[in-house]
Amino acid sequence: MSARDRILDRLRKNAPNPAQIQAPILPESATGADSAALIAQLTICLEAAHADVRRVARGGLSAAVAGFCRDRALKTLMLPSGGLPFEFAEPPAGLSVERFDRPFEALKPRLFLDVEAGLTVADCAIADTGTLVMASSPQQPRTLSLVPPIHLCLIDERRIHPSLASAMRAEAWSPSLPTNLIFVSGPSKTADIQQTLAYGAHGPKELIVFLFDGSEA
Amino acid sequence: MSTSPMHFVPSAGFSNRTSAIVDDPHLQKSFRGAMDFLMAKRLAQFPDVQAFEDLRSVGERIRKYSLAKLPDLLVQLETNLTANGIVVHWAETPEEAQQVVIDLMTRAQAPLIVKGKSMVSEEIELNHALQAKGIDALESDMGEYIVQLAGERPSHIIMPAIHKTKQQISELFAAKIPGVDYTDSVDELIQIGRRVLREKFAETKVGLSGVNVAVAETGTICLVENEGNGRMCTTVPEIHIAITGIEKVVEKLEHVPPLMTLLTRSATGQAVTTYFNWISGPRKPGELDGPREVHLILLDNGRTQAYANEEFRATLQCIRCGACMNHCPVYGRIGGLAYGTTYPGPIGKIISPHLLGLDATDSLVTASTLCGACGEVCPVRIPIPDLLISLRTQAQGNSAAPLRGAGSGRKPMTALAFKAWGFLYSSPLAYRVFSFLVTRLRAFAPKSQGGWTRSRAPLRPAARTLHSRMREIERERH
Repeated sequence: MSARDRILDRLRKNAPNPAQIQAPILPESATGADSAALIAQLTICLEAAHADVRRVARGGLSAAVAGFCRDRALKTLMLPSGGLPFEFAEPPAGLSVERFDRPFEALKPRLFLDVEAGLTVADCAIADTGTLVMASSPQQPRTLSLVPPIHLCLIDERRIHPSLASAMRAEAWSPSLPTNLIFVSGPSKTADIQQTLAYGAHGPKELIVFLFDGSEA
Repeated sequence: MSTSPMHFVPSAGFSNRTSAIVDDPHLQKSFRGAMDFLMAKRLAQFPDVQAFEDLRSVGERIRKYSLAKLPDLLVQLETNLTANGIVVHWAETPEEAQQVVIDLMTRAQAPLIVKGKSMVSEEIELNHALQAKGIDALESDMGEYIVQLAGERPSHIIMPAIHKTKQQISELFAAKIPGVDYTDSVDELIQIGRRVLREKFAETKVGLSGVNVAVAETGTICLVENEGNGRMCTTVPEIHIAITGIEKVVEKLEHVPPLMTLLTRSATGQAVTTYFNWISGPRKPGELDGPREVHLILLDNGRTQAYANEEFRATLQCIRCGACMNHCPVYGRIGGLAYGTTYPGPIGKIISPHLLGLDATDSLVTASTLCGACGEVCPVRIPIPDLLISLRTQAQGNSAAPLRGAGSGRKPMTALAFKAWGFLYSSPLAYRVFSFLVTRLRAFAPKSQGGWTRSRAPLRPAARTLHSRMREIERERH
């Protein structure tokens, strides 16, 4: 008998009668909040978690991203290979814009050492906890929101759900999930030294969120 | 990286370890400050008592339901993980779990494993087992990194370095990390840790993580964290190994949100952690990053013993938030290291007897005032004080279904004393003779009464019995 069978055998011998098992009753998930309230709540929660939230028109996205990079004198920005709601008409002066278009192994030294900011597009957001949700895909690698010190994240404001439970239902994640679903609620942080909060523990030190209206042309 | 092996002998020397800590005013102040901080943060997250009780009921029901279906859920989890490309390993003992990791490391020819926070890896003493095979294990959670540098163990399941002051950490970094000058700025210290560990994340072939909850219906491993080291360990290396106790599984994805909000709010007073990471497989064709292999180790190590008894099964409801230790008056005085077990505090007292046997832990189950605070704050309503009493009964050997090591706490003199007490207090004649004698012979009461007089005045029988005083009061009334 294998370890597996012995463990399962011991559990089965002592498991309660299935007839006595009551399924849990889950709380109703919030629905129907209006879009302005969801945007406001998402913004408040993200800002409370030390994120920088900027609301821009869709047409102004490229200028907003370029403006941020210019203000911070960034030299390198890495974009996902596809799925962006904007294109740079021309790369901002002094900024090298790269694409995450090869396997991670080929980009690892650049990502760890050189790339100052990574940009991703959130699939949706959760208002009550101030959370951005990103599913991994060929277009959207996981390390782009993790390794560079600054994370720029775009979120379509029509894609905000009131809570995790409502997001789960609306997005139909069950029963088949992406390889990795990551929920981000601020820049990386720790309070492991004498309960003192410090940002940029292992992930990005800064999170800049660009909220835009995806229904605009 | 040096870590001194420390084998589990929690009961031996427990009271000596505690007295040194209780007598240290500096440690007392830092424990109190940390506990007050965590309690206040948690309370701010549960402003409405009724809402908290409602959410607890949901959490308790989900955990009870999941445990009731545990064998089926484990099989379902295994089936779906396997379908997702995650390799499942089962381990009955710490040694079997260590061997799985050693075999994977050997096959990958990897000299280093970088670890995210995992209490189960502490439970199986993974770092020492790997070290014995010449494999380095590096902790990457800032608190775990600090205690590993210091050659210590975590003293809290959520905040591993809670027993260390900023000054101690400053000195530690300056002494142990090459090229680092002394600084007592927390931001600078964290940036030093970030720099050192980033090099290792980029270099390592294998990363290890724990599991906060595993979802059977989707074959998913969920992890909560704030630092990003958990994401690093599960995303950057070629191989990701996750390890968990068999109890951490739930049936449905919809069971996750209530448990996770209870977890983060109870643990650190956060509505949500910075990262919540759901892993449902290795890198798929076309994807550009993520590990090539994902493994999950399911560990028993005594959990099936707790499962076998309906009462002790509640122990396995635990979601490892640490609120019970933050609110425990004993933990707040002695800190986590004194217990000598991987899991300290109230949850440690009720889980460790199953992992290590009651013979190794009998003095822990009595290290409680039974004030009930742990039971009141537990987000999944584990009746910790009741379980402590049942474990004490077990330690005395008074149970029809004895646990491993039951009866080890029984001392012949104590047993005899209670037998005599039972006889005297159930026979009126014997009681009268006894009380007559002790009230007359009270001057002979010993000055030294063992543990009692170490910090208290000696007990001395009263000059008159309660019965005789009651009779006098009755007489005066008439």
